[in-house]
Parts: sequence; C-alpha cells; structure tokens
Amino acid sequence: MTVGLEHYLILSAVLFAIGLYGALAKRSALVILMCIELMLNAVNITLVAFSRYITPVALTGQVFSIFSIVAAAAEVTVGLAIIIAIYRHYKGIDTSNINLLKW
Amino acid sequence: MGQSISFWVLAVIAVAAALGVVLLRSVFRSALGLILCFLAVAGIFVTLNADFLAAVQVLIYVGAVAVLIVLAVMLTREVERGNVPNKLGIPVLITSALFLGVSAWAVLTTSWPQNKALPVEPTAGALGYLLFGQDGFVLIVEIAAMVILATIIGAISITREK
Repeated sequence: MTVGLEHYLILSAVLFAIGLYGALAKRSALVILMCIELMLNAVNITLVAFSRYITPVALTGQVFSIFSIVAAAAEVTVGLAIIIAIYRHYKGIDTSNINLLKW
Repeated sequence: MGQSISFWVLAVIAVAAALGVVLLRSVFRSALGLILCFLAVAGIFVTLNADFLAAVQVLIYVGAVAVLIVLAVMLTREVERGNVPNKLGIPVLITSALFLGVSAWAVLTTSWPQNKALPVEPTAGALGYLLFGQDGFVLIVEIAAMVILATIIGAISITREK
C-alpha cells in the first residue's frame, strides 16, 4: 500500500510520545536529555513530511528542520556542560538528588 | 513501492530503537539505541526526498550530538542504578498514551490538502537558494551563527575548573 502523509505523522507522534515518557519519567539526567533529542527528531520528521506532501516545491519545512537541528545541537552542548558541572558537585546525576530549588 | 518497504522497515527500526532508549537498563545501551534511532530517522528523510537533510542529520546528530552524549556517559560513571523510572512512572505512561491517541486521532480525521507535484530532486541547490539567496533566510543563518558562538562560550565557562 502506498505510504501517505498520515503514516509519517503517526510515526512522528509515536516517537514523540516515547520521548515524552522518557523525558518525564526517568531519573538519569542523561537519559532525559536523550529523550528530548528524540522529541526534536520526531518534530523534524513532521516538518519534512508536511513539506514533502503539501508544498513539494517550496522546501520551507526542510529549512525549518535545519534550524531545528542547529538549535538541538546547541542545546545538547549546554545541557551536557551543565550535567558535567552537576556531576562534579554531587558525584552523581540522579535527578531525585538534585533538588536544592525544591520547595 | 520501494518507498513503502523502506518506510516500514525504517519506521519499525526507529520505534524499536526509541523504546530501547527508554526501556534499557544501562545508560550506555540507551545511547547506542539513540544512535540507531538517529540513523533510522536519516533514512526516513531519504524516503521523503530530503537528501541534504539526511546527510545533515547523520553528520550533526550521529557525528556530533551522539558522540557528545556517549562522552558524557563515560564521564559521569557512578555507582548508580542506571536507567530507572522515577516516582512519576505510571501517570506519565498514561499521559503519553493519551497524547499519542489524541494526535493519531487528529491526524486521521483531518483532510490534508495534499499536492501531487513531484518534489525538487537534489535539494541542496534549492536549499542554498532558500537559505542564502534573495528573500531568503539569511538573517536566521546569521542568528544561528551567533547562537552557536554563545553556546560555545557558555559551555566552556560552565565546565571550567576554578
């Protein structure tokens, strides 16, 4: 059967839901960061699928994806720098221990 | 037909790798699952005729982001419990399933105005015109350069030894 727009969108929704579960329900800060990257990838698939099936000649979705990849790379860099700084202080990155700002 | 087969194979690989990221016990194996997911997503970009974007995905996500994540996994080894769920495990599972259901329902019940035109074939030239040509996205390219510079300075200043 031919693969249409809906297939790509539902694949993207599945990846986003898996990333959402991991980002909210995991303890290790690194796994949370990895799941945020999963969510960003799912959104990129959505953007490119829309660009391919609705405006195949104007590649606006792909341009948006390129900038999304740039933003994701910058965010991973700073996120990992923060995680390493936290590890130096707490000797661990279990987010249930990093709760100084908690009420 | 080729697009259908490659889409289904790559979709199964991507979803399985994503489940591996979330469910595997060791953080390092989660990172490897993430690399597999990135490669599968690059393949999906190829099935969507986004060839330049697939190359960019492999270069940046697999080549830089995933390598940085594996580096951080190695630098933060601890006597840890690994990849375990926290207190919010079950409510988040219900929320994610609800989100997936609502999204799938919204996707399937909207009539998308699809355009049957053939896509632009090597996308690198067209993307070059869009990014750097007249009435293009040149301003955002410059802003992206500033963002990357700020990121580099920030990351260095956060991890400096006093």
